[in-house]
Formats: sequence, C-alpha cells, structure tokens
Amino acid sequence: MPGEIYFKTLAQLQEALASKSISSVELTRDHLDRIQAVDGRIQAFNSWDEEDCLRQAEASDERRAAGRIKGPLDGIPVGVKDVIAVRDQPLTCSSRMLEHFVSPYDATVISRLKNAGAVLLGRLNMDEFAMGSSTENSAIKITFNPWDTSRVAGGSSGGSAAAVAAGELPVSLGSDTGGSIRQPASFCGVVGLKPTYGLVSRFGLVAFASSLDQIGPLTRTVGDAGRMLQVIAGHDPRDSTSIDTSPPDYSEGLAEKKGPWKLGVPQEYFAEGLDPEVKAAIEAAIDWYADRGCEIVEISLPHMHLAISVYYIIATAEASSNLARYDGVRYTHRSDRAGDVVDLYFKSRAEGFGEEVKRRIILGTYVLSSGYYDAYYLRAQKIRSLIRQDFTKAFAKVDGLLTPTSPFVSFKAGEKTRDPLAMYLSDIYTISANLAGIPGISLPCGFNSQGLPIGLQILGEPMEEANLLAIAHSFERAHDFTDRHPNPAPPD
Amino acid sequence: MRDPHSFDIDYVAHLARLELTSQERERFSAQLGDILQHFAQLDEVDVSSVEPMAHAFPVENVFREDKSEPGLSPERALENTPRKRKNMVQVPKVVEG
Amino acid sequence: MEYEAVIGLEVHVQVKTESKIFSSVGVGFGAQPNSLTDPVVLGFPGVLPVINREAVEKSIKVGMLLNGSIPRVTKWDRKNYFYPDSPKNYQISQFDQPICSGGELEIELKGPSRNVMGEHKTIALTRAHLEEDVGKLIHLENESLVDFNRAGTPLLEIVSQPDMHTPEEAYAYLTALKMLLIYGEVSDCDMEKGQLRCDANVSVRPVGQKELGVKVEIKNLNSISGVRNGLAYEIERQIQVLEGGGTLAQETRGWDAAKGMTYHMRSKEESHDYRYFPDPDLMPVRIDHQWRDRLHASLPEKPFDRQRRYFDAYGLPYTLTSVLISDPELCHFFEEAAKRAKRPRQAANWIVNNLLGELGRAGLTLSESKVFPDQIAQLVNLIGEGVISKNLAKERVFPEMFKTGDNPAAIVQARGLGQSESAEDLEKICSEIVQANPDAVAEVLSGNKKAINFLKGRVMRATRGKANPALVGSLLEELIAEKG
Repeated sequence: MPGEIYFKTLAQLQEALASKSISSVELTRDHLDRIQAVDGRIQAFNSWDEEDCLRQAEASDERRAAGRIKGPLDGIPVGVKDVIAVRDQPLTCSSRMLEHFVSPYDATVISRLKNAGAVLLGRLNMDEFAMGSSTENSAIKITFNPWDTSRVAGGSSGGSAAAVAAGELPVSLGSDTGGSIRQPASFCGVVGLKPTYGLVSRFGLVAFASSLDQIGPLTRTVGDAGRMLQVIAGHDPRDSTSIDTSPPDYSEGLAEKKGPWKLGVPQEYFAEGLDPEVKAAIEAAIDWYADRGCEIVEISLPHMHLAISVYYIIATAEASSNLARYDGVRYTHRSDRAGDVVDLYFKSRAEGFGEEVKRRIILGTYVLSSGYYDAYYLRAQKIRSLIRQDFTKAFAKVDGLLTPTSPFVSFKAGEKTRDPLAMYLSDIYTISANLAGIPGISLPCGFNSQGLPIGLQILGEPMEEANLLAIAHSFERAHDFTDRHPNPAPPD
Repeated sequence: MRDPHSFDIDYVAHLARLELTSQERERFSAQLGDILQHFAQLDEVDVSSVEPMAHAFPVENVFREDKSEPGLSPERALENTPRKRKNMVQVPKVVEG
Repeated sequence: MEYEAVIGLEVHVQVKTESKIFSSVGVGFGAQPNSLTDPVVLGFPGVLPVINREAVEKSIKVGMLLNGSIPRVTKWDRKNYFYPDSPKNYQISQFDQPICSGGELEIELKGPSRNVMGEHKTIALTRAHLEEDVGKLIHLENESLVDFNRAGTPLLEIVSQPDMHTPEEAYAYLTALKMLLIYGEVSDCDMEKGQLRCDANVSVRPVGQKELGVKVEIKNLNSISGVRNGLAYEIERQIQVLEGGGTLAQETRGWDAAKGMTYHMRSKEESHDYRYFPDPDLMPVRIDHQWRDRLHASLPEKPFDRQRRYFDAYGLPYTLTSVLISDPELCHFFEEAAKRAKRPRQAANWIVNNLLGELGRAGLTLSESKVFPDQIAQLVNLIGEGVISKNLAKERVFPEMFKTGDNPAAIVQARGLGQSESAEDLEKICSEIVQANPDAVAEVLSGNKKAINFLKGRVMRATRGKANPALVGSLLEELIAEKG
C-alpha cells in the first residue's frame, strides 16, 4: 500500500502487519523515505539511525514469520521525544549541554515499547529541556508546522507532534509538564494525551519539573492514543511517584461507553485573550456534545487565574534543582575556558544552556532562595492544593471538562520569542491539569480561516483515561478532522 | 511581604552557577521583575488553613528492598565523561572547603 | 581568667545496608574507582530515586536507641549546593521532618583509675536525619579526580546539642555512640573506612558567662583520638586568642592530624544558601504503630543498661563489665557461659583475662575462638567442684582447650589431671603432714598464718600437684585448729 501509507492510523498499520499485507521493513523504509523527503522542511527529528531502524524491523518481521510477535506494537515505527532515555542512543534534550550524551540505560516506557515490539525510529526535537511552547528553544533546530512551515509546531514536544502530522511517523511519545503534548498536538492537528500523573513511569524521562512531568502519546486518532497508553501505562517500582494499580483496558471504553455525559464548561477558560476563531470552534464542539444529549454544565474554577503564577514558581523551582547536575563535570558539555572548578561550573553552564533555560533556572533559584521560600514556593504549593480542590469539586458534578487547548492557533516562528511573560501566559489552558495531576487530551476540532488546526481539550478525572478517551472518541468519530493531512513536501 | 525590585540577579546567578553576559543580566532582571510582579497576585489569597501540595498524588511508604544488583562498569559509567583519568572524573584542582 | 568550652558534635554514620540508599547497586569500600555506580548514583539525566527500606528501619532504630522522638511522618528534601563530589549538585537529605528529633546519649567519663567507674552523664541531642553520601575527591598535584563509589551510601547524621565542655566528654560521647550503634547492628562504625565521621562546633567563654562565645566548626575529625586532640588544640587556641586580647571569627577550620593543629578553611560570609525544598521524586514515610512496635521489639539492650545488669545479676566487678560491654559478641559469649557456669563471675574472669589474652596473643578474633562458652562454663564448674585446681586449669587445661577446642573434662581425663585422691585420702595425707611437722604447726598456732604455706607445699608435693590447693588449705586449717 505505498503512497498513502504515511497517513494510516496505528490501528490500520497493526492490521496490515497482522494480515502480512506489509512487512515491518517495508513500513519502516517507507517512513524513513518520508523523513528523507519532508524532514528538511519540518525539522522534527534530531537524529535517527537508518541501519538500526531496519535491523529492528527485520527482527520484527522474523518474529512475525515465526508466529512469535512480542506485542501490539510489533513492527510499528515509533518516534521518541529527545528527552526520554533509550539505551545507546543520543539523549540531547535539544540542548548543547547534552549534545554528545549517549544514554547507558532505557527509560521504563522504552522497555515497554521494546517489549511490545516497537521499532524505535528516532529522536524528536523539542524545546531545550522541555522548556517552551514553540520548539524554538531547541539548541539544535526549530521544528516547523507541517500545515504552514513558516509557523511553529508548538512545544515543547514540537518534533513529536510535527512528525506525526507530517506523516513521518504513525505515533510518537512526548512529555507534558504544562501542556507540552497537548499544545503542539493542537497546533499540528493531531491527538495528544497527557495521562494522570503517576500512570506512566517517569523513570528515564529527563526531569524538567518532577511533580508535573508526564509522558504521553501523540497519535492520529483518539483510539491510537488509547492503544499507545495501553502499552506505556502501569506501575513501575523504579518510580516512587508511580501509581500502584493495573490500568484498565482502554479500548473497551471506546466500544462501550457512548455517553451521554455530563460535561462542564469552565467559564474562566473563555475569558479575554481567546482567539475568536478558536472560541467559535470550541463552542461548536460544545454544541455538538449538547446535541448528542450531553448535559452541558457551566463550571467555575475560582483559582484558575492563579495557575500561571503557581505553575511557573513550582516548575522553575524544581527545574533549578533538576538541572543543577548539568555542570561540566561528569557527562555534559565542559567549557575549555575554565580556570578553577567553580569557574568550570559557571562557564560550562553558560555555554551549555540556552536563554530560556537560564531564565528559568534564575527564576527557580530565586524563589527557593533564603528568605523567599515561604512567600513563593510554599505559597504556590498551597494554592496548588486549592486548584486541585477546584477540579475535585468540578468532577463531583461532571464527567469531563471541555476547553480550548490553546488560546490561539500556531503562530509565526519568531513572533513571540521576545516576551517570555506573554509566552508563559499562553499556557493558561493546559497547565492546571499538570498542577492538579489530572489527565487531558487535545484532539482536532476544526481549522481556522487560514487552514490551521484548532485543538479541543478535554480534561478528565484522575485515572479515568478510559472515560476521557471515550468522550473524545465520540466527537472524533462524528467528524472528519483527522482525515485531513498537511502536505509539507516541497512542490516538485 | 516582598519587593520584586529587590531581585538580586548577581546573588541568584552565583547560587545557580551561571555566568551571565551583561546583556543577559539586564534582560533577565527586567523580565524577571515583570514575572515577579505577576506573581504578586498570589499574595491576595488566604492560605492560612491550606496544606501545601508537594505531590500530585498523596502516596506514602514507597520502598525498595535492600537487595544489590550489578551496576555499571567503570568504563560504561564514564563513557560520556569529558575528561577522565584512571577511571575517575578529572576536574581542575579542588581546594577543600 | 578561667574559660569554659562549649562543644557540639555532628556525627555522620554509614547505615549498614547491602545496597545504596536510593538504588540497587552494592555498597562497598576499597573497590576499583567508579565500579559501584549506576545511572541513579551518577545522577544521569532521567533517573529517579527509590528509598531503601532497610536504611529507614535502621535509622528509626537508632532514633529509638537514642530515646529520640520518631515522627509519624518523615520526608525527604533536597539540599542544593554545587560540589564536584556531588553527582546531582543536590543532596537528598531531610530538612524539617527528620527521622528522629531530640534524644539523648548516656556517656561515661574516664574514671580515676582503670578499675573504677567514671562519672556518667547524659548528652542532649538535637536530631538525627538520613541522607545520601557523596563521592570522594582525590587531590593530585594539578587536578582532582572524583570516585563516585561512596556516593549514595546511606548516612545518618546525628547532631548533639552544644552540651559538652571538654575534649574528654566529646571522646566519651563518640565512644558511647559507637558502642550503641554497634549494639543496634545499624553500623559497623569503622572510622578507617569512613563509616563514622565527625565534625565539631566549639566555642569558649569565661566561666560564669551565659552567652555562648564565637562558634568555630572543625571538620575532618576522623578518628576518636582526632576528636579529642583536635578539640584540645582548638580550645587552647581560642583561649589564647582571647587572652591575647584578640577576637575570634566565626569560621570553619580543618583538623590536620599530622601537624596536630587546626587550620582556616572558610569564613562565615561564604556560608551556603541551600534552598531546601521537598524532593518531588520521593514520597513521605509514615511510621505507624505496628511498624514502630515491631522495631521497638527488635532493639537490643543498651550497653550501660547491660553493664548495670551485670553488676546486679552476676556481681561482676567494674573492670570485667567494662571489657565485656565494649563488645556485644563478647557479651553474648559471656552470657552463654554464665547460663551453665555455677559461678558466672569466674566465667567472666576466664573470658576476659584468659581467653581474650590468648586470642590477642594469637591474633585471633572471638569468632575465631575454638573455645566455646559452654566449655568455659565446664572449666569453671570443674574447678568449683574441686576436680581440678585453678592453677592446673590455667597451666594445663585451658592452654590445651585453646589449642584444640576439646572439652575441659576430656582433657582432664585424657591427661590424668583429675584429683585422684578422694577427700578422705587427702585428709589422711594432710593429717600425716601435720603430724610430721610439729614446728610448723606450732608456728601457725602462734599466729604466723603464712607458715601454713609450708605445710600446703608438702601436701601438694605428696599429691604431685593434683590436690585442690583451696581444699588442702581448709583441711590443714581444720587439723591445726584441732591441735590448738
């Protein structure tokens, strides 16, 4: 099935492999060809090893021929954000600091992908250390939006979203600390799922903000997101924050749960700053649910307006400590201008980190410093409790919340880099899910007048991903947004 | 309670072991001043009876049993090390203190 | 002017575990550099810590042994500072909810002589908290090298109040602490392997003054005598500065054991802003009643409590108890022997004076001894029953026991050392000797008690040394008394 292979869903590819209408080597080679053809313009990949990919694919084909497939992803190419450790592969975090770092170990999610038979296709670009909302903070390259390559892919998992949108990969993994899966998914017109904090192991995910980070899939469909979640979710004894329960069957919800649901619309998400075309698309989606018999309830999240401040205090504080280990001593970039060892720190870190990372380290160091801890960090942690309580109260009334993923569609590269506060404020709709630890999904719900995708965010109760997926799936099935694809290939 | 203008970037950069150029110093001071001003909104909330939330999920007593497993070989451990000697990480001479 | 020193100690103790505190690679000493690491120990990007249960349990036990208060919930914080031996440039430690708060330690000061018990005191403690150790720096001519083998080893930091006033008290504190930790089997406390390390805070003030003087922290006091010598030097130095009209600066000084002096390391202005905050990667530990009770039940008897029991239950003299309680294994050995020995005090004597002496000469440890506790009991009982004399036991039986591990009764039989004469036979021999030596008898009767030794010697010669001298003595006394 050459030609149209790039935009097949995971489910379709699983079927094609199972029926042997395509081999993993063919599938992998097709995607490598696609990467060759379009990645020059998209720049989603930091690196890939063609030989290694084909070796993995061959091994998969041999397993299939012998009737011994390892799992549901056997032979499927999967891309991984360059912040998740894969043994013997680079782990750059799109930072000069880790430009030459090769991981000696596998993240738990990677072990799970390998056990499921996946072909690990390459390393996907991101904002440096996952800090950013446009993948412009990568020290390696900027990832462009496949729908309009003068625009950004979003971030920080911009490479993971753009690669799936551009047909370079059927599925990928990203990480989400304040919206880093959902926002690029919405910018690129794909599905992005941030699971409940603790559902997916963080072992091997390079930490940005430990109490907020979570790994999740970026896919073409809601169903594929469930399929990927099924593989990566579950308790990990190597992550103390991992929840010790067995995840349910995420495909069941899609088949059985058909609503109608009680859905909340938080007023605070529709205040000023929301692009009118985005607003219209979200309202249309809300109307669709209402027409389907869902009860729509106006919800108030009274501490919502504080979420940005709380988030940037907690996230930068944790980051300032998490990133202290990149110091020029053991495995990072080391400055050759340094005199003594203190100087080695100052210079290696000055050379190794980009501007946004430095800015956040400074801010995070400040809020933890002597005399300011109570006023900033401790207070932020308390208000974080209040934000979670807001959600707990909301979910006592409704099954899910419908919101925009981002206040606007993808913007032009370079357009917002000058004002960090404005950039921080654009995370408004996504960060509170990380603060509360709840799951959220972004799925395409329309296109604006320029043909740029718009994302609908649905937030759910902790550990209720099956329900969340079912709510999203019902919308997706009734629309054709996931059938539209960009054409980033240069005109012949 | 606090004064955003008291932001001492040199002190903080020193704590963070970050060498800043004079432009970075100026730019960050201004930008972080704005951000801290924005954070001032948190002062309006009464948090006197609120417990701080350190973890997204309140789990307790997550342990590992005391069993040892082989780790990395010295070569593997130092494979990314920029400068090493005798299976150790080399740094400029440290004056103990 | 008379000055008084005020001393507080911070002791870091390696908690005895098989694996590191936050990951599963083994703990060890003297291994090839960087051979005891894993991605977690090295702080590689993406790794996460998971707490070693054993390290927590043993630390709780220490808290209990120190009569500290064990909180319902204890948690983990990051202490942020940059140093090349620190893999993450933060140390996982405990800030405001340590595993043990308060507490106290009973110490014994040196007595006026070896066989007289010294004064006992109770030193108040501030807290004890669990943390990870860092790596080790090796300094060469123009560079330093880092070995991370030690990084991630569980360390318990035990902080005393400024409750001591002399180097001798500090010495006694460390000795008592070490003994307690060994009793609890929570640490081997081998200072040469860095398993117990000590920093001290010391200040001086004129006697009678309430306010504390300027505090100086001394690092690298890494032997028990180093603590005594380092403090003695520093106290004298501070007094001299004050007497010379100078003022003291708040500073950190190092102890140079080779030169026998302290030296300036850094001043107060360079002190750290550690930016402690709760470690988001680690969950709190709740210590419920069940757990508490179970650990409480597993606590050993404390050394000084044991010593007091030895006084009361066995009537042991101070010197014997002080030797015994210094080693729990030795105590166990003694108590096993005491179970069967009719005279436990004699058993203690044999163990402390004879067995330990022989072991020492042979360069062996107690666990390598071929002599077992019940054999000591047998030996003591054979003597008590008059089967062999104490002398014979010492000269003939015990050396052979030590060499072969044979039972004393078997040695006595095989070597024909038993007292062959019955009591009647011995009485007959004594009676004959008394009859044959009227002059000596007369001398005894006239008050020269020592003259009896002449008669004893005759009896011993007649029995070829097999008679029990004590028995001979009492028989002779009886016979002479009849004459009188």
